[in-house]
Amino acid sequence: MAENPITPRFPDLGLTAAAKAEKKIKGQELEAKSFFAQLQGFWVTFITMFKKVTTVNYPEVKEPTAERFHGRHQLNRYDDGLEKCIGCELCAWACPADAIMVEGADNTDTERYSPGERYGKVYQINYLRCVFCGLCIEACPTRALTMTNEYELADSTREKLIFEKDDLLGPMRAGMIPAPHPMYPGTTDTDYYKGAVTGPHPSQEVK
Amino acid sequence: MKISELLGTDPGWLITVKALFIFVLCVLLTLVAIWGERRLVARMQQRLGPNRVGPFGLVQGLADGVKLALKEDLIPAAADRIIFVIAPIISVTACFLAFAVIPMTGVVYLFGHKTAMQLTDIPVGVLYILAAASFGVYGIVLAGWSSGSTYPLLGGLRSSAQVISYEVAMGLSLVAVFIYSGSMSTSAIIEAQHDWWFAVVLFPSFVIYMISMVGETNRAPFDLAEAEGELVGGFHTEYSSLKFALFFLAEYVNIIGVSALATTLFLGGYHALPGLTFTEQWWGGWFTMIWFLAKVVAFFFVFVWLRGTLPRLRYDQFMKFGWKVLIPVSLVWILVVATLRVLSQQNTPKAATLGFAAGVVILILAGTSLYERSQKKSKADDAIGEFPAPSFPVPQIPSQRAEQLHG
Repeated sequence: MAENPITPRFPDLGLTAAAKAEKKIKGQELEAKSFFAQLQGFWVTFITMFKKVTTVNYPEVKEPTAERFHGRHQLNRYDDGLEKCIGCELCAWACPADAIMVEGADNTDTERYSPGERYGKVYQINYLRCVFCGLCIEACPTRALTMTNEYELADSTREKLIFEKDDLLGPMRAGMIPAPHPMYPGTTDTDYYKGAVTGPHPSQEVK
Repeated sequence: MKISELLGTDPGWLITVKALFIFVLCVLLTLVAIWGERRLVARMQQRLGPNRVGPFGLVQGLADGVKLALKEDLIPAAADRIIFVIAPIISVTACFLAFAVIPMTGVVYLFGHKTAMQLTDIPVGVLYILAAASFGVYGIVLAGWSSGSTYPLLGGLRSSAQVISYEVAMGLSLVAVFIYSGSMSTSAIIEAQHDWWFAVVLFPSFVIYMISMVGETNRAPFDLAEAEGELVGGFHTEYSSLKFALFFLAEYVNIIGVSALATTLFLGGYHALPGLTFTEQWWGGWFTMIWFLAKVVAFFFVFVWLRGTLPRLRYDQFMKFGWKVLIPVSLVWILVVATLRVLSQQNTPKAATLGFAAGVVILILAGTSLYERSQKKSKADDAIGEFPAPSFPVPQIPSQRAEQLHG
């Protein structure tokens, strides 16, 4: 490889190299490679034409993202269907772009969305502001908020890009019962956090 | 029957048909060229290139053209309105003009009429092409000037300086062809290449022409007039809509034009590759057009290849190369060719001719070795010794510190 005239070969404060470079530029005498060495560039471009292209035919071909790609958020549920979000707003406070808006409310015995005292009544993420840094995920104390790998988040209006709680809530998996419903009898919110609840109580199951 | 006599018998309607054919061919080639260039350059960069519009993206050029045509047509307030409109028309007209004397097929039958696919054949055909190319410079220079804006003016001036400089080299490279073929008519030049292509016989001329045709068409690595990083868009910065599309069209028709001229002058025109001459009879002679187009496409590929490979030259390097290298080299080459030609015409004994050729070769070798030696000497003069220690305090040099530490 040709020596870069700017980089000093010896630690002489770069004085020699700088003077050399200056003199070279003055005399228009840049280190010229042999003619055939210069032709190598043509071979590079020519052979590249027959190499596999690195780009993807995107809308038709969708490559999976990296495993931990930061995509659209998801609000998770416990295995019995109660929401994990406790409306603490830590995600909103952590957000550097001020993209998250949370309003918490109290759970009642008749209308319970999450184990414990509070739940997130309003939960909005504004994807026009979100920078997908993931600080909200780090802030969440109950792992209620995580990120999916979904990246197709384009839309035509600003309103459509403010995602509400319904848009963000994770899918109902088998055995889950949609909130609101009471907690598993005889458990506390701590049991939920520890993962002791693995499904709804038989009395709650929808027949 | 000579081609020029054959073409002289063309009725008016046939001339119209040919003119229309040339126009359509140029526009179609441009559309395909835009697509082909983008696909090829993309491939050279390991991309796919445009593949959305039509099969393999083939209609991309047409889609771009329609998009351009539908855009708002702006004329800057400071512009000279009349010249601003005329300039792109001049550019486009000039590059189409050059195609009139390019022979595209041998003798063929068109609607039962015996003719050749060439609009006209004039005795000074190549001079006419050079004239048309120079005429095209007016389009560029007027566009730059009439825009009433700085960047277009600079771009236009650069571009015209460039085209004029490289036209000199181009013209000189053609002189050897004229000397050898004894004619300036395109069809006669093709006939003169019956035994050997001029690309082989007059190889230095061919190389000089190849370089100067890139400079002439303002293409990479000589695209200084449109240096995006320096001059925005060059002379067409202020142009939009159809007028810009006309410049775009002119650029590509120009590329195809110089490629067609190179094909005609150096690669035997519409004739088949050596050993495949029997194909010239296929399709009643029309197959020669395939050969012509294949050669033009090969030249176009060189254009694209250059663009994909080389960075843009600096303006002074570019001018230095044109005036101090290309023109002197072609002048010397013309002298050699002319002498050889005269020697052979006057039936000088072979020994004298060979002696002259050997003398030239020895002179060139001596010249280059002397030049290299002087280069080496100047390089040795350039070598810089140790610098004296500076008179001001400087931080310690790491290696010295290491010496101090270790003893």
